Amino acid sequence: MDNTITYREAVREAIRKAMSEDERVFLMGEDVGNYGGSYAVSRGLLDEFGRERIIDTPLSESAFTGAGIGAAMNGMRPIVEIMTVNFSLLALDQIINNAGSLLHMSGGQFNVPLVIRMATGVGNQLGAQHSHSLEGWLSYIVGVKVLTPATVQDAYDMIGLALSDPDPVLVFENSLLYNSKGSLDTKSTPIPIGKALVHRPGKDITILTYGINLFKALEAAETLAKDGIDAEVIDLRSLRPLDDETIMKSVAKTHRVVIVDDGWKSGSISAEIMARINEQAFYELDAPMARVCTLEVPLPYAKHLEDAAIVQVDKIIEMAKKVMVQS
Amino acid sequence: MSKFLMPSLGADMESAILMEWLVKEGDRVSKGQIIAEVETSKGVIEIEVFEDGIVEKLLVKEESECKVGEPLAIIASDEKKPLHVEEKHESKQPVVQETKEEQIVSEPPKPTALHVEQEARLKISPAARKKAGETGADLSKFDPNDGVVQLSKIEAASTTEQEEPTKIESKSDTHIEKNSGMRQAIATAMSRSNAEIPHYYLSTSINMTPALKYLEELNKKRSIKDRILPVAILIRAVVLSLKEVPELNGFWQNNSHQISKEIHPGIAIALRKGGLITPALLNADIMTIDDTMNSLSDLITRTRGGKLRSTEMTSQTITITNLGDLGVESVFGVIYPPQLAVVGLGAIIDSPWAEGDALCVRKVMRATLAGDHRATDGRTGGVFLDRLNHYLQNPKELL
Repeated sequence: MDNTITYREAVREAIRKAMSEDERVFLMGEDVGNYGGSYAVSRGLLDEFGRERIIDTPLSESAFTGAGIGAAMNGMRPIVEIMTVNFSLLALDQIINNAGSLLHMSGGQFNVPLVIRMATGVGNQLGAQHSHSLEGWLSYIVGVKVLTPATVQDAYDMIGLALSDPDPVLVFENSLLYNSKGSLDTKSTPIPIGKALVHRPGKDITILTYGINLFKALEAAETLAKDGIDAEVIDLRSLRPLDDETIMKSVAKTHRVVIVDDGWKSGSISAEIMARINEQAFYELDAPMARVCTLEVPLPYAKHLEDAAIVQVDKIIEMAKKVMVQS
Repeated sequence: MSKFLMPSLGADMESAILMEWLVKEGDRVSKGQIIAEVETSKGVIEIEVFEDGIVEKLLVKEESECKVGEPLAIIASDEKKPLHVEEKHESKQPVVQETKEEQIVSEPPKPTALHVEQEARLKISPAARKKAGETGADLSKFDPNDGVVQLSKIEAASTTEQEEPTKIESKSDTHIEKNSGMRQAIATAMSRSNAEIPHYYLSTSINMTPALKYLEELNKKRSIKDRILPVAILIRAVVLSLKEVPELNGFWQNNSHQISKEIHPGIAIALRKGGLITPALLNADIMTIDDTMNSLSDLITRTRGGKLRSTEMTSQTITITNLGDLGVESVFGVIYPPQLAVVGLGAIIDSPWAEGDALCVRKVMRATLAGDHRATDGRTGGVFLDRLNHYLQNPKELL
């Protein structure tokens, strides 16, 4: 059954559904209970499920992420919410040294079925310490999976997919998407983790992106179409593992690539994708690959500077055209 | 002062890659010294300098490709410069500077030429290159100054061409391309040979029993490593016969018959990875049988190791090809231009042989000669084969 809801509601519905169906599932994080989550995702859940399953934690990302790992290893299915990706750095030790490593270090004896949700994204004048996209960076970590739902459907589906995965999964919810609306089909079969999705088929150039930039890329593609450039827009959906197959298939079709990434250019997921295309599809390229990324500055607070620093539709259009006429 | 040029290491060679300089600027070199290694389609060849002097300037970087005749180095004449260098060994600064200035004056076109080449490198996208590989499109048709060759250009080009043969060609090419350099060299030389040289062919059966018996006796007294192989007596017999029939030893060049005083037989040596090289066994005419054996072993080793000298690649006056090890009975060779003849030696096999009224079994070898009919007639070739037979019947004369 189709209905139109917000991204925020979709995440909440997914958590509610998971908690209703499986009593091992619980949610913990800063302000998830009384306050209803800093982005109001968990509003109402405390009343519904009680303090034992909706747990307000102290301001200690390392501690409550570690607690989540312990709970997961002991048979629970915790959802840990980290307020923004910037704060996840405080929990990096737990994520890398424990969550990502324990399966290997235990010789395959202990899975860590933990889900960590984080708000990510640039914009909205939140300043450098609350407004970054570090998901590409966290994709570097071995042993975890990294999901970046862009659509309402994925926001809903990916919580369920992450919870059913035996290994730690980081879900990056773009804070600017929480108010976006879309249709949700709760009965459809979710597209599995590690699969990219061609949102707009095209034959001239491939635009690879994820998260909120999917919509900027789609908008850019519409404008490009008016100029006779038929862009294929792909939502990567999962940054680890990356769907090489879909990427290379598209490159083999269009022979041109623009990668749109919310992260900084140097050492970013876009750099990784370029390297893979070079390794696997070099001879399909008809022009050098290009990237549209956030400028390499700590995100400015001032609106005009912030706008100048982050990915914009016209920047994607400009880059795509540049690649098209490349000679 | 003179320029040391990239030598032609074969009639078919157009360019080669200078792999390594074995001398550096300021080194004193003497005639015949090996000063560099170059890689041709036939392998790595050591090249020699033709005069005494001082290496004043190396003009070409290692691993760069140079056309035949392109200056590789400047060799200063030996008269004054060496004194300078030796005298001022402690403070050689001025000498070096002096020479540098001279070079700059004498060699201005060089760097510009290189620049032009770099600028003119064709830029082609990977996808276009792949497509061109599939369709067999000719990349040389594209002008480097017209920007990057992209897929659309190749597609446009291949729709205008679109011939079946190119496709077939590109498919069947894949096998040959692996050693295309050498194959191409052989192809060019042999096509030229068959197109230009009117061959005549002679064949004769030679009773090898006396020669082999003699060799057996000879080897009995020798240590294993000093033993002579049959191939050495065969070469020796060919060389001695050539001394008596010099008309077959030399070149046909500029429509004239040039007889070479020295005898440098080119010995066809198969390479393990495929292909064939015929380096010269230099001055075989002044060798003893032992020299012949030793030089031959050395030559084979170096050929297979890719360490031949330029003179060995260019001085052949006749070719000897021996397919006996494969059991082939007769080889009718194709003359390597501009040589005059090729001697073919087959396998030594037990054959019925008439001696007087009796029929017996003897070790028999077929020797053949392909000659250039412009220079010699069958009669000359006949005399040669007769002399060859004579020497092999009288092996003592081979020593």
